[in-house]
Amino acid sequence: MHELSIAASIVDAVTESAAAYPGARVKEVRLRLGSLASVVEDSLQFCWGITVEGTPLEGARLVVKILPVIVHCASCRQDGELASLQSFRCPHCGEPCSDLRQGRELEIEAIEIDEIDEVEEAV
Amino acid sequence: MTTRIVELRRGILKKNDELAAGLRSRFVDAGVLVLNLVSSPGTGKTAFLEFTLRELRVRGAKVAALVGDLETDNDARRLAASGAPVRQINTHGICHLDAEMIDKHLTGWEGFALAGLDYLFIENVGNLVCPSSYDLGEKIRVALLSVTEGEDKPLKYPTLFNSADAAVITKMDIAEPCGFDRELALKNINEIRPGIRIFETSAKTGAGMEQWLGYLAEARAGRGA
Ligand SMILES: Nc1nc2c(ncn2[C@@H]2O[C@H](COP(=O)(O)OP(=O)(O)O)[C@@H](O)[C@H]2O)c(=O)[nH]1
Ligand SMILES: [Mg+2]
Ligand SMILES: [Zn+2]
Repeated sequence: MHELSIAASIVDAVTESAAAYPGARVKEVRLRLGSLASVVEDSLQFCWGITVEGTPLEGARLVVKILPVIVHCASCRQDGELASLQSFRCPHCGEPCSDLRQGRELEIEAIEIDEIDEVEEAV
Repeated sequence: MTTRIVELRRGILKKNDELAAGLRSRFVDAGVLVLNLVSSPGTGKTAFLEFTLRELRVRGAKVAALVGDLETDNDARRLAASGAPVRQINTHGICHLDAEMIDKHLTGWEGFALAGLDYLFIENVGNLVCPSSYDLGEKIRVALLSVTEGEDKPLKYPTLFNSADAAVITKMDIAEPCGFDRELALKNINEIRPGIRIFETSAKTGAGMEQWLGYLAEARAGRGA
């Protein structure tokens, strides 16, 4: 199952990035996934729960933003959102389009963390 | 306690993408054309490759192959019969190859060198979903589809077909008894990946293989010149 590998990659990447904030707790991980990225959100959420168990990321929410496919049309020179993944045609003029401008993203946009304040730490 | 948002803007598969970029530049430097073959299990990737390796060797090309499989080395043995160097990659349950596996198996391949090679073929694990996210450093990604799988396969798996550079229809020798609607299949592939090169082939009869081999030679000549 592909989502399990993806979840593991997210955990690795977030752990690496969060290391810059020692002691911080990751509360939320925000993803941007293109609709052509072939990741099923339900299955990713399920795998996320399993993967973070027993790691410092346990309890962190995974928030997924799905991005539509945007193509650039060589004929009418406009960008447009694909109406269906079953037909790569310009939504304005109907010409076939192979120039993708968005839709394959597999990206961690941001993380929300709770940082321990210096003062608190001193107490 | 302070809550804050840290912008990361980083690719989930950044590690794989970086490794793949490294592989790609090694392939270009070595002057080898690398292809990644992706399809369902049973489409005919191994049979298609057996034919391709054999025929390229007859024509004097230096070829090699890496083949991914969940557990067995059957495909590697079939491909090795062509006389080409072949190495099996067992993924042990992982449904796709990734750049690290390619890197590891190239590095640890005794007596093998990229330099002097003309073509390296990678047969991916039979799967239409997972392999499409993992760049292996290939120049050409080939999506294969057999005449028994249904003409709407490209519509059901747009991610794979859209990310392919060439498409191959296999088992054309049994197209008729299977009631294969050729026009519809071509139309569906074009609907997902407009203008893609499509080869209609049979590993049994050799049909369409001349065009495919011509395409390979062209791609190699055009590569990084
Ligand atoms: N009739 C016919 N059968 C084929 C052809 N190519 C492969 N096959 C058969 O399809 C089955 C699966 O082929 P294989 O190469 O192992 O598929 P893979 O799983 O994609 O590597 C085998 O029984 C092959 O003999 C072909 O061109 N014509
Ligand atoms: Mg095979
Ligand atoms: Zn247009």
